[in-house]
Amino acid sequence: MTVWIANRLMQAFGVVLVMTLIVFLAVNVIGDPIEMLISPEADQMERQRIIALFGLDQPLWRQYLAFLKGAVQGDLGRSFVYGEPALKVIFQRLPATLELAVSASLISVAVGLPLGLIAGLYPRRGFSKAIMATSILGFSLPSFWVGLLLIMVFAVYLGWLPSSGRGETVEVLGMHLSFLTLDGLRHLALPAINLAIFNTAVILRLTRAGVSEVMPQEYIRFARAKGVSERRVIGIHVLKNIMIPVVTVIGLEFGALIAFSVITESIFAWPGIGKLIIDSINVLDRPMMVAYLMLVVTLFVTVNLVIDILYMLLDPRVSADGKD
Amino acid sequence: MNAPAPQAAADDVVLDVRDLKTCFPTPGGRVMAVDGVSIRLRRGRILGLVGESGSGKSVLGLSIMRLLAEPGFIAGGEIRYGDMNLAAVPDEAMRSLRGKRLAMIFQDPMMTLNPVLRIETQMVEAILAHEDVSREEARRRSRDALGQVGIPSPEERLRAYPHQFSGGMRQRVSMAIALLHRPDVIIADEPTTALDVTIQSQILSEVQSLVERFHTALIWITHDLSVVSRLADDIAVMYAGRIVELGAVDNVVNRPSHPYTAGLINSLPSRNRRGSRLQQIPGMTPNLLNLPQGCAFRTRCGRADDACIREPALLEGPTSFRRCFHPLEGSLEGPLEGPLEGVDA
Amino acid sequence: MSPTPQAPTAAPEPARERPTRPLVEVALAYCHSWLAVLALVVLVAVVLVAILAPWISPQNPYDLTVIDIMEGRLPPGSEAYGGGVYILGTDDQGRDMLSAIFYGLRISLMVGLGAALIAATVGTSLGLIAAYAGGRVEAAIMRLVDLQLSIPSILVALMILAVLGKGIVNVMIALILVEWALYARTARGSALVERNKEYVEAAQCLVLPQYRIMFRHILPNCLPPIIVITTIQVARAIALEATLSFLGLGVPVTEPSLGLLISNGYQHMLSGNFWISFYPGIALLITVASINIVGDQLRDVLNPRHHR
Repeated sequence: MTVWIANRLMQAFGVVLVMTLIVFLAVNVIGDPIEMLISPEADQMERQRIIALFGLDQPLWRQYLAFLKGAVQGDLGRSFVYGEPALKVIFQRLPATLELAVSASLISVAVGLPLGLIAGLYPRRGFSKAIMATSILGFSLPSFWVGLLLIMVFAVYLGWLPSSGRGETVEVLGMHLSFLTLDGLRHLALPAINLAIFNTAVILRLTRAGVSEVMPQEYIRFARAKGVSERRVIGIHVLKNIMIPVVTVIGLEFGALIAFSVITESIFAWPGIGKLIIDSINVLDRPMMVAYLMLVVTLFVTVNLVIDILYMLLDPRVSADGKD
Repeated sequence: MNAPAPQAAADDVVLDVRDLKTCFPTPGGRVMAVDGVSIRLRRGRILGLVGESGSGKSVLGLSIMRLLAEPGFIAGGEIRYGDMNLAAVPDEAMRSLRGKRLAMIFQDPMMTLNPVLRIETQMVEAILAHEDVSREEARRRSRDALGQVGIPSPEERLRAYPHQFSGGMRQRVSMAIALLHRPDVIIADEPTTALDVTIQSQILSEVQSLVERFHTALIWITHDLSVVSRLADDIAVMYAGRIVELGAVDNVVNRPSHPYTAGLINSLPSRNRRGSRLQQIPGMTPNLLNLPQGCAFRTRCGRADDACIREPALLEGPTSFRRCFHPLEGSLEGPLEGPLEGVDA
Repeated sequence: MSPTPQAPTAAPEPARERPTRPLVEVALAYCHSWLAVLALVVLVAVVLVAILAPWISPQNPYDLTVIDIMEGRLPPGSEAYGGGVYILGTDDQGRDMLSAIFYGLRISLMVGLGAALIAATVGTSLGLIAAYAGGRVEAAIMRLVDLQLSIPSILVALMILAVLGKGIVNVMIALILVEWALYARTARGSALVERNKEYVEAAQCLVLPQYRIMFRHILPNCLPPIIVITTIQVARAIALEATLSFLGLGVPVTEPSLGLLISNGYQHMLSGNFWISFYPGIALLITVASINIVGDQLRDVLNPRHHR
């Protein structure tokens, strides 16, 4: 077991390393970093200064090593726009994105799981077919379009909810969180729903598939033959069997949520790392782009690893032999 | 809701199925999987229900338990249990009977138990579904039940998961669960088909002793005549949804009246002499959507003639009830030595 | 009347059916869902509109001589200065929305379809090569596939566009790089199954060159799942391009796709001129949804295990 974990860790590390290489090469090789970093009006002295500062006259591999060294120390370069270490800027804005991602995750489970359950238990009924058809919409619709729709209906037409920005925040453990205030919740509502839609459709369909696969199984029939109440049959026997893949997907999709927040944050002007990266791309703030990509990839790989381990632990068919 | 214990009838009939019909609507038409079956089950007796795949024997068992999968439904007849008609009682009443007064065991022990729940959970819930006792009490009874069916170190086994048991053990667990409430009727649907022959005999002996001890009535559904001839008191042979022969085991097995029954017995390898060709029943099991008119066995029967175009009724004969216009009289050719061979005693 | 014994007759054989061509079977099975048929009809209509856009648009929205800024921001149903009606209103430059949508549909479909098809070609080839070559080549390709599939598409696209800059070609490159991996994985999976079948052995006995076996013999048998995922990939490509254009990282303003139209109209939504953004959005929705529904049904029909 531990060998397997160590193996996976090595793999994960390898992936991150490859990513650093790809990112570094992409950003610093394609396109001219000198042109990117130095304003055309700078004079010769200014140019030299910047070249020395960013090590742009060094051979490429030296630049890469310097980059790696800095990365390990947590220094991924200095943002052109903000003048501060890129990582610092990102971490300042990370709580906003995490708040959004967690809310969206919760919404998608709270809506997707029950609806998927219903659609799976009564597959031939009209409302089940309606639920499934709607779920197709859920993952076909580009999320920016849904965002626009939400703004149109709830912010412009009905005027119930604000259309952009983040609400009041409360500082908790050094992080600024907005879901603890009413104003914060009002601002969080639309972006969170927007981000949640794709995930809800995925979870819904997955749950339904799981249910329709489990229901005809012999052990469900046997449970009924024992006289177990239908509620328990569904709530325990069926649910426990579908939870494992569902939980896995929820975990994996969390990384995707962080990535897709790029879109939602742009529409709703949510001050998270997603908006940051779009802005950075538009002004070509290279260090920021690099730092963002590195962070997100690392996050991704970590989440995948954790999910893999969790899966091993959760499935009794795999783990019980090891435990007992 | 607690089901009242059934009144003991004059001849102690605990389950009285009358002209039961079960229907499955299919795109090709309506299939009568069970077409007018009547059987009477007596306390402490074992009824062997024999037939090929598609004969309706499993569906009969499921119909009695009201566990039919959609779109199947009971289309007619009665299932009298005590003063109730099981075919008509409301769902909740049926649920409270299942597991408590009527129990069922299925064929594939691997899939009968939920793979992600511990044995303990699955047994305790069976108890708590019908009785308001404490968890510890339920647990204790589960442990005792495991011991009763011959499972060693039951205390540890309770905490285990199904995949940690062998096939035979799992089937014993199913039996233990079936016996938890000392039901009046147990329906066992091919419980040993998926097991090794040696395990099979162990389970058979186990079942016999349990049935004697608790006076349970047992319906043992199988396609294997040799198994049931050792175990059952009475045999019912099913073909195309109907019972074609019904009687005491010795009579049916040694002096079959219906040509189909004779065919089944003759096709057993143990009944044939070494070196000679195995006997078979010609033709194939009928398509239930396209049954021959009259006697369903007509097209495969060596004794069929024009008279068989009318549907025969199940009539009493000298040795058993049979549904045939040309029943066999007398005993089968060949040496007869009591129960069929095939399973080691 | 004494009964005369008859010889036992075997069960009557079912009447021989004429074997139906597989294409017809698929089509019939497909039609089981009215929704899927509707989606197919809609899809065909959309494609026709896109192809015929220059001929059926009331106005060429990119011809500067025709547009009049004085006609800008007119709501749907307004009368045009020179006669006729702006069915879906005009945008802030005075362009007829209906025409803009038709042309935008064109770009969206071209980019989406083009990228998906190129990705299909590249991805399928790589998948087949991986399956057939085995060993290190296969491991390397599949590692790459796993890596790329584990990263969300938007991130990959962002990275590529960040490096290459904007523009139609770059967007297509980004889309191709996002989509090829799924094709590779599917093709490899199918090819592995096919490779063990006897007809491949037979071809090898004839000493046919590898690539010929691969492309002429194995490929046709791998096609069903490829076809199924192509529909979904096209929808994804269209949606992704729309997203990128919306974020300002996609097609240029001179040839706007639906995504860019939506983006342009976005700022007018808050002032109540919702149609500039909304109707292109509806067009996008209809396009993507119908492709997805068709793909869903195709998958159910072509996959022997899915009989819901």
